Amino acid sequence: MVDLQSANRQALQILLDGRPFLVGMGTARDVIPGMCEFGKKILLHAGPPITWERMSGPMRGAVMAACQYEGWAATADDAVKLAEEGAIVFDPCHHHHAVGPMAGVTSPSMPVFILENKTFGNRSYVNMNEGLGQVLRMGAYGEEVITRLRWMEETLYPVLRAGIEKAVREQNGIDVKSIIAQGLHMGDEMHNRNKAGTSLFLRAVIPYMIEANADKTALIESIRFIDKNDHFFLNIAMAAAKCSLEAAHDVEGSSMVTIMCRNGTDFGIKVSGLYDKWFVGPAAQPDVLLFPGFTKDDVNRDIGDSAIMETYGIGGFALAAAPAIVQFVGGTPQDAANYSLEMYEITIGENSIYSLPAFNFRGSPTGIDIVKVVETGITPVLDTGAAHKIAGKGQVGTGIVRMPSEAFEMAAEAFVEKYLD
Amino acid sequence: MQTADEKRNFASLLKSGANVINFGMAGFYDDLKKQEIPVVQMDWTPKTVNSNLLAKLKMLKKS
Repeated sequence: MVDLQSANRQALQILLDGRPFLVGMGTARDVIPGMCEFGKKILLHAGPPITWERMSGPMRGAVMAACQYEGWAATADDAVKLAEEGAIVFDPCHHHHAVGPMAGVTSPSMPVFILENKTFGNRSYVNMNEGLGQVLRMGAYGEEVITRLRWMEETLYPVLRAGIEKAVREQNGIDVKSIIAQGLHMGDEMHNRNKAGTSLFLRAVIPYMIEANADKTALIESIRFIDKNDHFFLNIAMAAAKCSLEAAHDVEGSSMVTIMCRNGTDFGIKVSGLYDKWFVGPAAQPDVLLFPGFTKDDVNRDIGDSAIMETYGIGGFALAAAPAIVQFVGGTPQDAANYSLEMYEITIGENSIYSLPAFNFRGSPTGIDIVKVVETGITPVLDTGAAHKIAGKGQVGTGIVRMPSEAFEMAAEAFVEKYLD
Repeated sequence: MQTADEKRNFASLLKSGANVINFGMAGFYDDLKKQEIPVVQMDWTPKTVNSNLLAKLKMLKKS
């Protein structure tokens, strides 16, 4: 018989002990494990496994963009043909210690950040955030998208990589946990608001970028690009969450969730004490604040690996830290606080580093417990972006989305089957 | 037993007209709508509870 409480305490402690540092950058094919082992064209994507046939519009749009960016297809139609012929291997980012926001499509030539959990030595990977508007992760695949991705590879990547490598030589990397902790005290919740995190990241890396780069034009363009994109830090924070949670996976007897993610069709979770098994149900239909010109019918099902932020105990779970976000996602500051309070009902404990000023610096609710989710009927809340369901149309809005219960119930059934004698 | 205050409040409510939010069964909403009473329908159903699973989880926690 399992000691549930003890196992969950252990899993949570591993999660809380994680010290994610940004330790470098590289090209996906060179640094992400398993990215080249298939001998075929491989694209990583957000969420649990999915085939081309079941992919939603924004996921398909991101695939079309990635195929053009890689030079595998001259047009979006050519990319569709490739996918239909089965010429592309699709695999979740999570199968490769990686994460990706929204569609999460990561292709072999993309530059990626490398994060390391200094306590346990495991690494995670994530590509760079492109900004808002017509971007690959929202399913856009026009020329503007491909041009930006190439600029990010040819100009931003070498400038940023040189700065980060210098930071690694001089101070062992950039302490991402510290940036997240400070950001939560400066109005971020780290999913839909990363304004403070991005600013703090720039402060941390700019001196090294200046010292390491002689090309002033490229340097200025790179700094301006990051400065104009409030979400730039999101991807780095997601990878920090990933390498922290991955260390807490495989704790025998623990019912703590280590992955929550969506691919625009399905919502999937993994649980620490349930090996490598996916538990999958339909993704939520977001009911969000829409940008002008869009209707509810335009909204795709929930999408992205960014649910890793809530799995980590921030994002929607730390909404109380971000009163400024409520105008962006809908509601009042009291609503934001209520969401955070509700999440204490389904978590194992409170965060030892990430705290919420509005609750007298109480630790954020951390470590989702599938047993508590099923017993209370309360499912996790995310504050997230929403994509148009037609490929190429981009983002339609943003808001609060509650995760569906099916995957948690399936996981609880499997947990009972495994551990109840 | 209603107090005098409660009776007065109830009478005053009826005088000013009822505004209804109906949760669940749409039949109540339809009836009120037919009588031209302002009513809003909330799309809500009680959560289905798998009592067998809940019982097993309880046993697991006791172990």
